[in-house]
Amino acid sequence: MNETESAIDKGEVEGKVEGKVEGIAKGDLLVILRHSPHGSSWLREGLDAALVAAAFGQQVSLLFAGDGVLALMPHQQAGALGQKGTHGVIDMLAMYDIETLLVDAHALTSRGLSAEDLMLPVSVVEGDALPKLLDRHPLVLNF
Amino acid sequence: MASSEIYRYLSVQDKDIALDPEGFLVDMADWSPAVAEALAAEEERTLTAEHWEVIEVLRNFYARYEMAPAMRPLVKAVGLALGAEKGKSLHLMRLFPDSPAKVGARLAGLPKPANCL
Repeated sequence: MNETESAIDKGEVEGKVEGKVEGIAKGDLLVILRHSPHGSSWLREGLDAALVAAAFGQQVSLLFAGDGVLALMPHQQAGALGQKGTHGVIDMLAMYDIETLLVDAHALTSRGLSAEDLMLPVSVVEGDALPKLLDRHPLVLNF
Repeated sequence: MASSEIYRYLSVQDKDIALDPEGFLVDMADWSPAVAEALAAEEERTLTAEHWEVIEVLRNFYARYEMAPAMRPLVKAVGLALGAEKGKSLHLMRLFPDSPAKVGARLAGLPKPANCL
C-alpha cells in the first residue's frame, strides 16, 4: 500500500505540465493487477479489493500490467479445477462504475497483443506516463 | 458468500431445502419461485409483481457475472432493466427493507453478496 504525495504536490504537477496531465486518469484508488487468471488468486483478490472500494463509492482505476493483461483476453473458461474465472468480474466492472481500465503498453507488445485483442475497450498507457498515473491516485494497491 | 454448511431445512412442497446459518440456499439449484415464496414468508414478506421483477434482475445478474451484486450495482442493474424510475435505492429499500442487496439475493436463491455489510 503506497500513499503518494499530498494534494499540494498534485496541484503543482498539474500546474507545471497542464496539457500532458490532462489525459491521465485520476481517482481515489488505483489497483495494479500483475497476475494472470488462474494459477494463483492474486488477480481475483485484486479485483475483489477494487469492487469493495467501488461499492463504498470510491472512484477506482485499474491498471493491468505484466501478466495481468491476460485477464482481459476474450473467450476464457473456468479453471481446470472448476473454479470460477475472473472474466465474469471483468465484465461486471461497469456495473460497479469502474470504467477507468488502463493497460501498460509494454505488457501488451511484449506478449504480441494489441488493445483490439482484448474483451473490453481500454486505455493504453505508455511507460513514461506511469509515474504520473501513480501520482494522481492517493492510494495505490499492488496485486 | 454462501457457505456450504447446512444449518437447517425449509420444507417446500414436500421437499427439504437446505439453508446455511444466514438463511441462504446451500445449493443454488434448489431455487424455484415456490422456494422464494417460502423464504419470503419466513420473514413475513409478501412478494408482489414489483418484487418478482427485481428477483429476475438479480438472477440475470448472477447468470451473467457469477456474483451477487452489492447495493450500488444492484441499483444500476435494476435501472438498466426496469427503467430509471425503479433504479433507485429508495424503491429497493421499500421493497426489501433492511438490506435490499442481501434480502434480495436470499430470495433470488443467490449467495450472499460478498461486498455487502
